[in-house]
Amino acid sequence: MLFYLAAPVLIVIPLSFSSGLYLSFPPPGFSLQWYGRFFADPAWTGAAWLSIWVGLTVTVLAVLLGTPAAFALVRGRFRGARLINGFVLTPVIVPGIIVAIGVYFFYARIGLVGSPLGLILAHTCLAVPFVVINVSATLYGFDERLEHAAMSLGATPAATFREITLPLIRPGILAGAVFAFITSFDELLVALFVSGSSAVTLPRRMWDQIRFNIEPTIAAVSTLLIALTTLLLLSTEMLRRRSVRLREG
Amino acid sequence: MGEAAIGGLQVPLRTAAPARWRTATFGLPAPLLVTPLLLFLGVFYAYPVAAMLWRSIATPHFTTAHYAELFSSDIYLLVFWITLRISLVTTIVALMLGYPVAYLLARLPPARANLLLILVLVPFWSSILVRTYAWMVLLGRNGVINQFLLAIGVIQTPLRLLNTTFAVYVAMVHVLLPFMILPLFATLRGIDPALLRAAASLGARPLAAFRQVLLPLSLPGVFAGSLLVFILALGFFITPALVGGPRDLMVAVLIQQQVEILHWPFASALAMVLLIAAMASFALLSKALGVERLFGRT
Repeated sequence: MLFYLAAPVLIVIPLSFSSGLYLSFPPPGFSLQWYGRFFADPAWTGAAWLSIWVGLTVTVLAVLLGTPAAFALVRGRFRGARLINGFVLTPVIVPGIIVAIGVYFFYARIGLVGSPLGLILAHTCLAVPFVVINVSATLYGFDERLEHAAMSLGATPAATFREITLPLIRPGILAGAVFAFITSFDELLVALFVSGSSAVTLPRRMWDQIRFNIEPTIAAVSTLLIALTTLLLLSTEMLRRRSVRLREG
Repeated sequence: MGEAAIGGLQVPLRTAAPARWRTATFGLPAPLLVTPLLLFLGVFYAYPVAAMLWRSIATPHFTTAHYAELFSSDIYLLVFWITLRISLVTTIVALMLGYPVAYLLARLPPARANLLLILVLVPFWSSILVRTYAWMVLLGRNGVINQFLLAIGVIQTPLRLLNTTFAVYVAMVHVLLPFMILPLFATLRGIDPALLRAAASLGARPLAAFRQVLLPLSLPGVFAGSLLVFILALGFFITPALVGGPRDLMVAVLIQQQVEILHWPFASALAMVLLIAAMASFALLSKALGVERLFGRT
């Protein structure tokens, strides 16, 4: 069963190092030719760079918008907080195609199709729930008496936030940031409509290529993506452990 | 909790109700903190989606023609039926495959369970495009499975595996399985194994112990995982578009095709029906559990 889960990944990685011209298994020999092709082709590297910087911008925006919102939603007692919380989380549940065509029709009217800015704005909406969820999770387990103690000892609200609150919620912010980045970096549907021909992201280029042929360059790209995901995932797991350690003192 | 003893002195703390948000949200009114996000989502998410849905009844002026077209055509109704069928089958298969795995993981010692959990989490977070591509490589006419079967002489000509309903099921179950396993794992880990031992010592056969003890206790996880997989399956695009055949046209793929041929109002009407289906399922889900619990992704 676990083999079924892992098998496709285990097939793609050896294929990406194939010395053959086609996808044959087992690979006839070892070679880095497909990675060579990827890094030598500006269409691929350009798409990768665009995805990386769009992803990083989305991450920053999502953290800046999502973190204060999480504070308000977890700690604030105001009318409609639950409703707002539900609304903020809907981008995760609404089918991607619906968001994608909504954004596409909107951008077509205001001239944002084919611009990285359009991708950034739409991806931020899809990514921000993950920041809210992760920061909220650290706030639910937060002992507010620590802040009360700091303030009663004369710390200003700003100093309390900087010295007490921020270090304790940092693992949540960072985990949210990682998930926000992955959300943007892997996003295909919005890119499918909004990329045009001038803002082609990595998933969009993979999609275009896969439909014509499934040559091993895509196996190489896939392997790089799997490696990146695994790396990011391990880093969030370490953050989680750190968070538990911090809380338990 | 109105005061604390510090160095033997009773010090009043500023936690009294009137001043609560001074400490809780650092002197800023809570609604103000959430406003930037609400404005952002309002302009770049809610408005575009609402305007898109509005098109379905307002193009060129108020009309129900696009919905009438949808519900009077056998082809479009068939697409909805196919979507429903694929989503249901995917959910049931994922539940049957995911439950034993989640149970196994929940019963292992934490260190080993965490290691195996990585096998679930890496596909969970790696791109759906990559995983679907992997299935194209495996199932293709010259794919890994066909080459293997030809080499050992089981078949003489390659089987048609890709672009079939079978391929859609195999790949969709694979892509969505982690969404089933994780909630199940969380629920099953919370069940005291002593309950099963008690059932066994009282003479319950394994099957009876499962049906009368384990299954009822794990139902919240079963509901959460199943509805999550079902909702995601309803809106699936990448996998059916790449590994499905002409008879596996799902709603999301149909919407994309309609947008490409510039039938925007009709695409909007399709989107509206899909959205209602997904939202109704989600309402069921959040009723069965708290909304917050669903999103703890680890």
